[in-house]
Amino acid sequence: MSSSLLITNARVVDPSQELDAKLDLLIEDGVLVKADKRVKGNVETIDAKGLIAVPGLIDLHTHLREPGQEHKETIATGTRAAVAGGYTAVCAMANTLPPNDERAVTEMIIAESRRNGACRVYPIGAVSKGLKGEALAELADLRTAGCVGVSDDGKPVWNAQLMRRALEYCTMLGIPVIAHEEDANLTDGGVMHEGYFSTLLGMGGIPAASEETLVARDVILARVTGAHVHIAHVSTAGAVESVRHARAAGVHVTCEVTPHHIALGDDAVQSFSTNLKMNPPLRSKEHRDALLAGIADGTIDAIATDHAPHHFDEKNVEFDLAPFGVIGLESAFPICYEHLVRAKVIDLDRLIDLMSCAPARIFNLPGGTLRHGSPGDVTLLDLDAPITFTPPFQSKASNSAFIGQTLRGRAVTTIVGGEVRYDIRPSISAGKKKTKR
Amino acid sequence: MRTATSALKSKDLLGIEALLPDEIELILDTAEGFKEVSERPVKKVPALRGQLVINLFMEASTRTRVSFEIAEKRLSADTLNFTASGSSVEKGETLIDTAENLVAMHPDMIVIRAKHPGAPKMLADRLPNVSIINAGDGSHEHPTQALLDAFTIRERLGRLAGVNVSIIGDIAHSRVVRSNIHLLTKMKANVTVAAPPTLIPCEIGKMGVRVVNTLDEAVEGADVIMMLRIQLERQGKLSFPSLREYYNTFGLTPERLSRASSDAIIMHPGPMNRGVEIASDVADDPKRSVILEQVTNGVAVRMAVLYLLGGAHNVE
Repeated sequence: MSSSLLITNARVVDPSQELDAKLDLLIEDGVLVKADKRVKGNVETIDAKGLIAVPGLIDLHTHLREPGQEHKETIATGTRAAVAGGYTAVCAMANTLPPNDERAVTEMIIAESRRNGACRVYPIGAVSKGLKGEALAELADLRTAGCVGVSDDGKPVWNAQLMRRALEYCTMLGIPVIAHEEDANLTDGGVMHEGYFSTLLGMGGIPAASEETLVARDVILARVTGAHVHIAHVSTAGAVESVRHARAAGVHVTCEVTPHHIALGDDAVQSFSTNLKMNPPLRSKEHRDALLAGIADGTIDAIATDHAPHHFDEKNVEFDLAPFGVIGLESAFPICYEHLVRAKVIDLDRLIDLMSCAPARIFNLPGGTLRHGSPGDVTLLDLDAPITFTPPFQSKASNSAFIGQTLRGRAVTTIVGGEVRYDIRPSISAGKKKTKR
Repeated sequence: MRTATSALKSKDLLGIEALLPDEIELILDTAEGFKEVSERPVKKVPALRGQLVINLFMEASTRTRVSFEIAEKRLSADTLNFTASGSSVEKGETLIDTAENLVAMHPDMIVIRAKHPGAPKMLADRLPNVSIINAGDGSHEHPTQALLDAFTIRERLGRLAGVNVSIIGDIAHSRVVRSNIHLLTKMKANVTVAAPPTLIPCEIGKMGVRVVNTLDEAVEGADVIMMLRIQLERQGKLSFPSLREYYNTFGLTPERLSRASSDAIIMHPGPMNRGVEIASDVADDPKRSVILEQVTNGVAVRMAVLYLLGGAHNVE
């Protein structure tokens, strides 16, 4: 069955081609075939007047929780949250139950995504069997099955030799090792950033050094192996500095930062809200300033959500007892637009690069561009449309760090492979509903 | 003594951090009146008659629990003691569920001792119709301890402003320290904290205190020396090598005490480890040690807090 979709009158912003122009986009059979002025065709048309068309957002760091923890999130609900946030693809972390440490799990995730997923799902495989940090998982088999990277995310690869071997092995596979950087001995049961506020609140602190020592180790291991290490959720000044320094020395290192680490500081934890408990923790101002500087100067490659859904009951306990993690897919663009673009740290082009083009580039994924022949993954943004973060969300979970905030600027239409998967444009909701699951 | 305020702003006492100096003075002044009640032959006033106070103790406590219970009884409240052991908490019930079940039986106040910082606030946020009193939450705050310490200092030295208070011991894990720092700095006392660097938490200087790493510096010129309990389970791990070495470097002995001002008083929130942080000669010094006065004053201060949060409106 052939299908076509024409998007007219949009301001097209595509940093992958340094493009910012009023163009029409034609998608045929899931592929972008034309980006030009006044494209004509007797096909289904979206009038995107006043909207900005960008390559679909891509999240490098999502926890979909399926298989095994479907009470928190499923592939269906997690990807619905993704398209509601303007994402057309997400990378699904390996710490499911069982973990994605073998082909059968990867295949299950891909099959379920095709059946019930609202956007593309790229599985991340485990580095080690059972995420135990002892022996390598069958990385080549995982790669063949469709994994786009490997990570024991949720915990570090503590054994330096295992990390080195994983990096070496992955040079053969052409995929990155994604590193959750944390020294558990330094973390020592901490629940928030170690600093003035952990002292004030009497809570166990997670020192910046917990992250920084392992980042330093892993850029050294990346240098000696020539492998690509991708540092997940960078949160400290020292981590940014290590990446900057290593990259200048030619090391193949990339990194991501989350919207919540940009937008919030450890002072917020004074509310004792468990929706502000995540790992790495919200950091102090000096660290946040370093993240902003890293974004501005290009040291930080990508924005990734670390979308980590948890059930209400799990978070409805004392701060010490709550699990780490917050959801992020639905709030990522509005938060970043507010704190990076409106705050004049970067311009919109650079934000789209951080949220779409760079993620595709560094993980070698399809999309992240509106070039002819690329996937028909397009997000329409309305920079004035208001969004308030209140449960219920599209995500099954409601552990958002931003509940109650109202911002302006959001995705209004999300198109995956030429199909409209999310659409809240007023004209649509007034007339025919086109929202697909 | 007249104070500028006659009521507390909040329905709860979650910590000293949020209190205004006027409110602190109000509590201390009110406690003065109540101290006398405990010295009467009939040690009871009807201020909280008909009110139910639940003492919800999720962690072991002797002094604080007994002190609250006596204070409640002297105010004629009905009291109920609930401890984690032997309760549904052991069956895995969450603190919120436990508290909501208790609240369904219409208590007026809940006094909570919690293992985890922020637990009293969590209850206060969710339970609008009951007053929550923090009797210690993890390493966060222990407001009534700081109030009874301040009461004792004021009673002995006649003032809080300008008094030099040195707090010595496990600063990192102490809720007593945090509440005392809030209270004493609000009341314009000068606070010094002393411990090995491994027991000094990050950036505590920003709370408005001087930080030193020797006992001598801390004792020098101090009007009040407050010793903290060293948790025995910390020795030999990563905080300090041994109790012996701790006593040799930070234990308060008569010789070391000689550097303090001649009328300096010795305080300890208890329970004490004699021969670890404090020598018995010092702890039992009849002239300087006010450790048992602290305990006596604790009842009066807790009566004042209970009265101001629960009873004040009954009497008027």
